[in-house]
Amino acid sequence: MSILVNKDTRLVVQGITGKTGTFHTQQCVEYGTKVVAGVTPGKGGQMWEGKVPVCNTVAEAVIEHGANASVIYVPPAFAADSILEAIESEIPLVICITEGVPVRDMAEVRRRLEFKDTKTRLIGPNCPGIITPGECKIGIMPGYIHKPGRVGVISRSGTLTYEAVWQLTQSGHGQSTCIGIGGDPINGTSQLDAVRMLNEDPDTDAIIMIGEIGGSAEEEACAYIKENVRKPVAGFIAGASAPKGRTMGHAGAIVSASGAGTAEAKFAAMDDAGVSIARNPSEIADALLRIYKG
Amino acid sequence: MNIHEYQAKHLLQEYGVRVPRGYAATNPLEVETALSNLGDDMIVVKAQIHAGGRGKGTFTDGYKGGVKVFKTPEAAKEAANHMLGNTLVTAQTGPEGRKVQTLYLTEGCDIEHEYYLAIVLDRETAQSVIIASTEGGMDIEEVADKTPEKLIRVPVSPTMGLRSHQCRQVAFALGFKGEQVKQFGRILTGVYKMFWEKNAMLVEINPLVTDKNGNLSALDAKVSFDGNAIFQHPDIEKLRDLNEEDPKEIEASKHDLAYIALDGDIACMVNGAGLAMATMDIIQSFGGSPANFLDVGGGANEEQVTAAFKIILSDQNVKGILVNIFGGIMKCDVIANGIVAAAKNVDMTVPLVVRLEGTNVEAGKKILRESGVALTPADSLAQAAQIIVKQVKDAG
Repeated sequence: MSILVNKDTRLVVQGITGKTGTFHTQQCVEYGTKVVAGVTPGKGGQMWEGKVPVCNTVAEAVIEHGANASVIYVPPAFAADSILEAIESEIPLVICITEGVPVRDMAEVRRRLEFKDTKTRLIGPNCPGIITPGECKIGIMPGYIHKPGRVGVISRSGTLTYEAVWQLTQSGHGQSTCIGIGGDPINGTSQLDAVRMLNEDPDTDAIIMIGEIGGSAEEEACAYIKENVRKPVAGFIAGASAPKGRTMGHAGAIVSASGAGTAEAKFAAMDDAGVSIARNPSEIADALLRIYKG
Repeated sequence: MNIHEYQAKHLLQEYGVRVPRGYAATNPLEVETALSNLGDDMIVVKAQIHAGGRGKGTFTDGYKGGVKVFKTPEAAKEAANHMLGNTLVTAQTGPEGRKVQTLYLTEGCDIEHEYYLAIVLDRETAQSVIIASTEGGMDIEEVADKTPEKLIRVPVSPTMGLRSHQCRQVAFALGFKGEQVKQFGRILTGVYKMFWEKNAMLVEINPLVTDKNGNLSALDAKVSFDGNAIFQHPDIEKLRDLNEEDPKEIEASKHDLAYIALDGDIACMVNGAGLAMATMDIIQSFGGSPANFLDVGGGANEEQVTAAFKIILSDQNVKGILVNIFGGIMKCDVIANGIVAAAKNVDMTVPLVVRLEGTNVEAGKKILRESGVALTPADSLAQAAQIIVKQVKDAG
């Protein structure tokens, strides 16, 4: 019913004893996510909230507790190092929630991800996380707005994803997996990567792609959709009204002085790829339901 | 984060790049000192604002040019004192222009040829890229558009760093020979080192010039830094010029709010950057004009919402407010209480429309309806946008 995470996912939380880590880990445990370990260097051997063992290193969490996914809540200055530690520990999936990671750090991380021996897929940073409804929630999204089903959702933004998911759930359509890829200029998983995975997932019947101004990730995903995707796809781009040269909250959301990365260019790419377009954020589910009956 | 030209040049100088001798001045006395230090030769007076197109700009009193060359100190002094405190409008400042509070006075330069040199972080390939051209001194976007073959692009791997062969590659492509190749290599190495060490997003030298003796120097420079990395560079943080920033944006950053002033009349307050942009979009799609981007973050607590209302209302153009919150982990009833308390804390002078969605939304709406605060609750984002656009039109 999903990609990347499911009921068998065994999660390690990097930064579990911090305030943010503790709060969101509680929410994930309540949702049913199997949290097998936490990592806080120097606090190895303790128990988090009396129920989850804390390790000094990610490698320990993998070897002793069988972790196969990691979520990162550590502060921005240490986030890249935490990602690299998880990569060296050969964890297949790393989700970095942290906002404000220096771009230079991410350039280095991206290079490490491209090594041939890399076993890891990174999602984020600066993202809400990933959820396979009813099975596994990793990140900061509210679990209850989701419902198990067959629509895959990809987005660069948190609350805008919740809007789309909520619209789907209200109209009776559940989700296979929802991935927040994050709002930073350099991230681990692109729109294209996520579209490809959902396209290849037999349990996903339709896809919603939510983009933002800046970069060319949506255009690249649309080129792939045009050639390869026969599942219904609906899309929305935020930032049509944003001025050039200002970053709109997300470091990646910027229309350059030359005009690259505009909402119009992205909507045009969607149109060319046969994506059903929502011109208005309150009609994202409607745009999908025009071409997909479930 | 952006810095001024004179600050950028000081930094470049620290990294071994030759720049014309110059002095910053913020008042007539400093202008006087700068001029006496520079002597009787050709003098360039340059207005320091965080915007391009200064040379072709016009001051609001009609005085032309924010970058000018003079043959005598007297003429330079007159121009400098005219520019200081005056407002310069360029293609990049918008019609309101920027007040010139600092000047940079430099020695002149006998220019043989103008080149372009920049290092920028390319998000698509996740690495830095050297961009160079023999067509310096002009708008590089125009060069890229009209003569893309004249643009040299050399990517630099973040793990390998800049290598000597890459310096030579760019130098030969620019047509340098002999000693100049070595000199250019030293400059490029310095620029890259600065770019990398200081977490810059862009270092641009335009123009990089050769003089009659074949020596290279940076005549103008623009540098911007990654805001997320400033905490690692207290020396760079000191270069921040609050005069160049909107006071409302400075106030917002104190409360962890992401606020950007725009020129419309409908303010919005939203949780989440993507949803905040989408809210601006929907206001525009119904014929309104957003006054700002404002992300109150995931928490949206009473203290932040109060601060946000105050910042919004300090903008004289605002004629209405749209609050759009998706209550996730922070539930709608908690948010509604925060909005009501905040609205009571401030003197609400314009129509307010609130749209809540998510957990406990009915309880949240009930709190809004029974609050006694003059606001209109909306059921959907589309409806909320339509209501506020209409209320603002009717009032205007």
